[in-house]
Amino acid sequence: MLDWSKDPELRVQHLTMRFGGLTAIGDLSFDAGRKQITALIGPNGAGKTTVFNCITGFYKPTEGMINLRHADGREFMLERMDDFIITQKAKVARTFQNIRLFSGMTLLENLMVAQHNVLMKASGFTVGGIFGSGTFKRAENEAIERSKYWLDKVNLTARADDAAGDLPYGAQRRLEIARAMCTGPRLLCLDEPAAGLNPRESDELNTLLRFIRDKHDMAILLIEHDMSVVMGISDHIVVLDYGRKIADGTPQDIKTDPAVIRAYLGVEDEDDAGAAPLIAEAIAAPLPVQKKAKRT
Amino acid sequence: MSGPLKSSSLSAEAQALDTVAIAKDLIGTAIITGLILTPIVAIRTSLDQGALTWHSRFGLAFALTAVVVVVRLLLHVFVWNKRAASAIAPAKPAALTVHRASIADMIGPYVPRALLIFALLLPVLAYASPWGEKRTIDLAIYILTYIMLGWGLNVVVGLAGLLDLGYVAFYAVGAYAYALLSTIYFPYWFGPGIVPWAFYITLPMAGLLAATWGVILGFPVLRLRGDYLAIVTLAFGEMIRLVLINWFSFTNGPQGINVPKATFFGLPFKDEPGGFAAFFNIPYNRIHFYIFLYYLILTLALITYFVTKRLRRLPIGRAWEALREDEIACRSLGINTTTTKLTAFAIGAMFGGFAGSFFAARQGFVSPESFVYIESALILAIVVLGGLGSQIGIVFSAIAIMGSFEVFREMDFMKAILPTGTEPIQFRMLAVGLAMVLMMRFRPRGFVTKREPTVFLKEKKSVSGDLVAEGHG
Repeated sequence: MLDWSKDPELRVQHLTMRFGGLTAIGDLSFDAGRKQITALIGPNGAGKTTVFNCITGFYKPTEGMINLRHADGREFMLERMDDFIITQKAKVARTFQNIRLFSGMTLLENLMVAQHNVLMKASGFTVGGIFGSGTFKRAENEAIERSKYWLDKVNLTARADDAAGDLPYGAQRRLEIARAMCTGPRLLCLDEPAAGLNPRESDELNTLLRFIRDKHDMAILLIEHDMSVVMGISDHIVVLDYGRKIADGTPQDIKTDPAVIRAYLGVEDEDDAGAAPLIAEAIAAPLPVQKKAKRT
Repeated sequence: MSGPLKSSSLSAEAQALDTVAIAKDLIGTAIITGLILTPIVAIRTSLDQGALTWHSRFGLAFALTAVVVVVRLLLHVFVWNKRAASAIAPAKPAALTVHRASIADMIGPYVPRALLIFALLLPVLAYASPWGEKRTIDLAIYILTYIMLGWGLNVVVGLAGLLDLGYVAFYAVGAYAYALLSTIYFPYWFGPGIVPWAFYITLPMAGLLAATWGVILGFPVLRLRGDYLAIVTLAFGEMIRLVLINWFSFTNGPQGINVPKATFFGLPFKDEPGGFAAFFNIPYNRIHFYIFLYYLILTLALITYFVTKRLRRLPIGRAWEALREDEIACRSLGINTTTTKLTAFAIGAMFGGFAGSFFAARQGFVSPESFVYIESALILAIVVLGGLGSQIGIVFSAIAIMGSFEVFREMDFMKAILPTGTEPIQFRMLAVGLAMVLMMRFRPRGFVTKREPTVFLKEKKSVSGDLVAEGHG
């Protein structure tokens, strides 16, 4: 079994996020291992996206610590950093649940914007770039090469010069992942990357994510409702319900965890373990399982 | 039944129905127009020796109603009829648009070059102008100033998507920077010998000062978007003007400041020994000054054009456009949106400052009167009409708007139909307003609706304006 707590890329400790009287996340702790795919699952409104927003700095957590440690030993306290600094320095990249591409810019331009900080430095903060410095030209060519590499990986090379807004939905999702990868991240946070994809596209996504993990030594944190993706590629699953962690383990552990089954399906009796195998099968099914209103 | 047959029979049917429908519509139009015109045209009150009397002008009201009905009939016959037909058979217009796009693509790349050659030769062409050489060049200077201002504002509004209604403030900062430095501070610091050179030394300083003010404005409005941003920038524009009016000891208030006009690298355009004409041993002619000013503003405008064009291809320019598209996505990619916005404000303001400095050196006089809100609105109108983000579009819209003002001055024949005591020039804002309304109806994205990508792999394809965001403020 893989051990994610030994030397984690990301360590979330006692994370709490309150909006007024509402506790969106309560005392959440989990680790995301290096070169592992960690899935964050839970019913609608469980607080998954809020966790993402805390990790990527879009929200400032009310309490708790979020530590990121690169393989070279550099440590970052994400809860104290601004969102863009987190991407810039701590190398965390993210995608959004509702795709946020620069739709009026071409695919290549989208990927070039993602390499802004590298290019900005190479252009001497614009001064050198205005006068056409060689350093900038080289950096720009490198950036184009990297963009080409990622366009190739997400099968969009043929459309490199089209507007991002012209792409079909599935391709937009892939482009958003490619754009996030162009920032050169160590931790990639994907918010429902398989939403709206057909089964074939989901399979391609699985392949892509495995490739990113294995060939680029990345830690991936993903929120997903599509259980075929979650169970298929995750090394480690964290289950949230009402902002609290109810389970944490390998896909095998999660499938049989009674608390998870209760959260997803709702059961009459807390000790009703007889239904577990049946329900586990339902969780493993490719379609997202609707949460029942009735709970214990 | 096959497609074309079906559509033709349908359109024939529609036309047959139309005559009754049109007649009904026209009668309705006549009644409504009549009702509206009765109180506002037909009945007229006047104060006659202290007593309120009224007299009727039913003939005029009737004539106006007839005009409305006839225009509506013409619209029915020639415009709306065709649209109904094209709605039934959509294949033809689609083919048409493809055709039109290809023509635009064909001539597109040559337009900037043709315009540049025209601009360089304009003083020569002006000899043959029916308006007289001096006036033509003066008008060209006037239009070029607005093109430059449009290009400057385009950085803020068109690229970064930040709506700025107070752009004229930076124009004022540039103008007053030149005025105060060249009349008071430079002679005081360096002696009077510096005055002929003041313009060249002040120009970069005016740009820097305006850029500083751009950043000063930028800071408080960083968190504002859309309408709120527009209101604060509007207030900023007014604040600068009010300070210029009321800080009498510094700016000489509403009386303004007389400033030295621009010189040809130290040679004044005057009929005296040591002047431009005497130095080059040519007979003195006032046109020299205008030709010099023309090339000066052309140079400044071209610098604005090429720098902006260059910036668009640099990471900062791409970040501006990305900011216009989606600010949150920008932050998620590690872009510092604060500095990105501030640089947009600063660069836009800097070009405004250059233009202001030129304005003062051309007029020889600055006063707060020149920097009223309507100037900001006009510059913004030029940018919007040209097509957000498009530099060539701005050239055409500046010519259209500022040129049309001048045309109104010429339209003496209009006096025949206008009420007595009014000049055609008084209707210019009305015409611009009407043009804007028509534009928003038929071409809401401005003259140039396509966005040119800043980098490409195989083939440069322009992006349709429908996909490009307008910014959220």
